[in-house]
Amino acid sequence: MSDAADIPVLRARGLRKEYGKEEGLVRAVDEVDLDIGAGETVAIMGPSGCGKSTLLHLLGGLDRPSGGQVRLNGRRIDDIGEKALAQLRRTDIGFVFQAFHLMEELTAVENVELPALLAGRSPRAARRRAEELLERVGLAGRARFLPSALSGGQRQRVAVARALSNEPSVVLADEPTGNLDSAATLDVLQLFEGLHGSGQTLVIVTHDARIAATADRMISMRDGAFVDETWLTGGTTGRLGALIGLED
Amino acid sequence: MDRFPLAGRLLLVGRLAVRDLRRRRAEAALLLLAIMTATTTLTLGLVLRDAAGDPYRSTRAATSGPDVVASTVRVAESAGVPGPGKPARSTELTELAELAGAPGVVGHSGPYPVTAARLQASGRTSDVQAVGRDAGPASVDRPEVLRGGWVRDGGVVLEAAFAGALDVRVGDPVTLDGRSFEVVGVAVTAAMPPYPKASCIFPCMNGAVPGGEAGAEPPPGLLRNPGLVWLTRTDVRNLTPDPDSLAYVMNLKLADPDGAQAFSDANHGVAMQSWQSILEDATELAGDSQILLLIGAWLLGLLATASLSVLVGGRMAAQTRRVGLLKAVGGTPGLVAAVLLAEYVLVAVAAAAAGLAAGSLAAPLLTESGAGLVGGTGTPSITVPTAGLVTAVALGVAVVATAVPAVRAARTGTVGALADSARPPRRVGWLVALSARLPVPLLLALRVAARRPRRVVLGVASIAITVSGIYVLLVLNAFLAGQPLSGGYGDAQVEVLRRALLVVTATLLSLAAVNAVVITWATVLDNRHSSALARALGATPREVSTALAIAQVLPALAGAVLGVFPGGYALFAAVNATTGGDGGRAPLPPLWQLLAVVLTTVLAVAALTAVPARLGGRRPVAETLRAGLT
Ligand SMILES: Nc1ncnc2c1ncn2[C@@H]1O[C@H](COP(=O)(O)OP(=O)(O)OP(=O)(O)O)[C@@H](O)[C@H]1O
Ligand SMILES: [Mg+2]
Repeated sequence: MSDAADIPVLRARGLRKEYGKEEGLVRAVDEVDLDIGAGETVAIMGPSGCGKSTLLHLLGGLDRPSGGQVRLNGRRIDDIGEKALAQLRRTDIGFVFQAFHLMEELTAVENVELPALLAGRSPRAARRRAEELLERVGLAGRARFLPSALSGGQRQRVAVARALSNEPSVVLADEPTGNLDSAATLDVLQLFEGLHGSGQTLVIVTHDARIAATADRMISMRDGAFVDETWLTGGTTGRLGALIGLED
Repeated sequence: MDRFPLAGRLLLVGRLAVRDLRRRRAEAALLLLAIMTATTTLTLGLVLRDAAGDPYRSTRAATSGPDVVASTVRVAESAGVPGPGKPARSTELTELAELAGAPGVVGHSGPYPVTAARLQASGRTSDVQAVGRDAGPASVDRPEVLRGGWVRDGGVVLEAAFAGALDVRVGDPVTLDGRSFEVVGVAVTAAMPPYPKASCIFPCMNGAVPGGEAGAEPPPGLLRNPGLVWLTRTDVRNLTPDPDSLAYVMNLKLADPDGAQAFSDANHGVAMQSWQSILEDATELAGDSQILLLIGAWLLGLLATASLSVLVGGRMAAQTRRVGLLKAVGGTPGLVAAVLLAEYVLVAVAAAAAGLAAGSLAAPLLTESGAGLVGGTGTPSITVPTAGLVTAVALGVAVVATAVPAVRAARTGTVGALADSARPPRRVGWLVALSARLPVPLLLALRVAARRPRRVVLGVASIAITVSGIYVLLVLNAFLAGQPLSGGYGDAQVEVLRRALLVVTATLLSLAAVNAVVITWATVLDNRHSSALARALGATPREVSTALAIAQVLPALAGAVLGVFPGGYALFAAVNATTGGDGGRAPLPPLWQLLAVVLTTVLAVAALTAVPARLGGRRPVAETLRAGLT
């Protein structure tokens, strides 16, 4: 534990998020402790309203906790300013949302290069990186398409490429396949598999047990707290799709 | 990591702004139009302010105008007005000529002979004062020839406003006291206010006869509304058999032009008029039309503000998700503000340019025949300060319009902003429960209005402002129609005032129309989801469109009524108070006119809102409900 490499990418201690007050008080996240190591893929599951999205937002600095700490690569992020947080989001964290959240007025490649431009890369470098990423998610031929001209699965692959733009320490995905049919789900799933294989740290919130089964670790939530944690072995190699029954 | 980290961000900000504008073309066009109406009015107001104050000054500069005009005192003998006695002709002329050497005088022209005469041109007759000039240019008071040429024997040059009033053109034959002349030119001068405000070198009177009915004859021997014409000295002498009945004028340049009034007050034994007093007489009418434009500019400014608030408010709702998205991928509050600002700055710059162009194109409408107005020597042009001010105001509007959404964007939590559009319309249960009981269009209309109370208020205010403007314009129009040549207004001047009225009315109406469309459009956009949901629950497209239209027409009715009373009354009272005018003389619009205004307003709003409301009611339900997912 003394080795610098052993510092978890993400560490939460006593993390809390509350909404409302008195009778209306909702503990969306209730005293959560969590360590996520480099290269680990963690799946978070649980019934609707148990606080999965809220936890993810807290971990990614999209929202501020009511109490407790979050550390990213050893650095506290729960108490830093709005600007510092924004800079952190653009360099160290990649988000993938259920509703894709692409800029409708930008083409696929422009969406992907957006975080790189925000981070201050030159337009040319940003474009080169974006094209590489689109190639990697299998959409090189759709680079100039607007999101409205892409299928749901393709949109989500663009969103994944965008999340990877600045080589983030961790990619946080909130039900990335929630709006997709099973074929598109498979595409996205294989993408995450590839990421996992390349050592990308991943946190995936999902309702789908088959997707959770691909992770190194599966966490079950209920009423804002962790109720179960399972380490899965050997799930990350081989033909995952076949393993979980999405492929014949 | 790169040498120019700004380049990428600039590209991003520019790209997002341009793409968003391009994607929401209709909104961008309306935004442009609203700001442009304001910048056009502002340009017009500024150009005309320059034009109102400056034509006399520019005429003065262009014609090397005198600082003081001195003339021999002519007394109306037959009128029996007691004069200072009649000095010998030669003494008087000597006194005048001696002024050339008076202390403080640095230049002069004249003395020039002047005679009174009667001019006849195509059936019209008018008294004139004819000044005898040399064919060559003088050092002081060189009337600027607008059309034709300068005097020659047998050729008369008319002062521009006088020529306009008589409708006389270069080449026309006229007679002076029965002798034939040809009109060889039309010119302006700074040595005398334009027709019908001429200075009296001979005893004369301008405007209505005091104590008499309109059209009553002035006392004999008194010139009435004399025009100014120039002849050669020879022709002036030939018109007058008795050299003693000639008057003389001399134009003086002083070392200290600002001291002209003091110079003329220090009575030198001759009649004198300073350039300041000529300016005062000359700009009386310009002041009136300026007040008119000022009122118009005020009303338009208020309307533009209302329309911008609605547009920005409407766009703000649409922007929320983009803001959330930008923040999620690492946009700082500063960058988010820059993106929002960039869009409005682009629109504002375009609107400033368009407004300057439109304003300068429209300005001649109000000043061209105003050659008669104050003897303007050319079309008013855009000065650097005018362009700067208009651009600054447009940019200021952009910044103000952005401040609210930018602050809001910085404050909105990223998560909340992202969820904004995906969240279904609120109070669905309420809608379902009530829709069973109330007529559907009425229920939906109430709901539409209740969603945006501020916008309803802006809608009512915008209509009320327009209608009170129209009310005042009706009163003024009736006043102008009933008062030919009264208050010293010539036909040409009434025409100028009418044009000013027309421009103000037209702009007011177009901006009001833009406002109505903007408000409906914003409402339609705003209610996309609830409209789609209402239709998913069984409302027909017609019911939804009707509801959207009702939600506009009811506020329009309220606004129109408020605009007549107290709006119109109050505005007219304010106009009277500021102008010191005697509003008691102006007839109030008859009741039927007021009712017609209210009715027309409501019908116009209904017609204007029909199209966007229909479009809004017909959007495919599924597409709208699905629009959140991108
Ligand atoms: N802005 C908010 N205001 C009040 N309560 C909220 C807010 N956001 C979330 N909650 C509450 O917090 C709890 C957790 O919400 P969260 O969205 O994290 O659930 P979730 O596990 O992601 O659910 P789902 O699987 O449906 O997405 C819920 O009870 C929700 O009602
Ligand atoms: Mg969720």
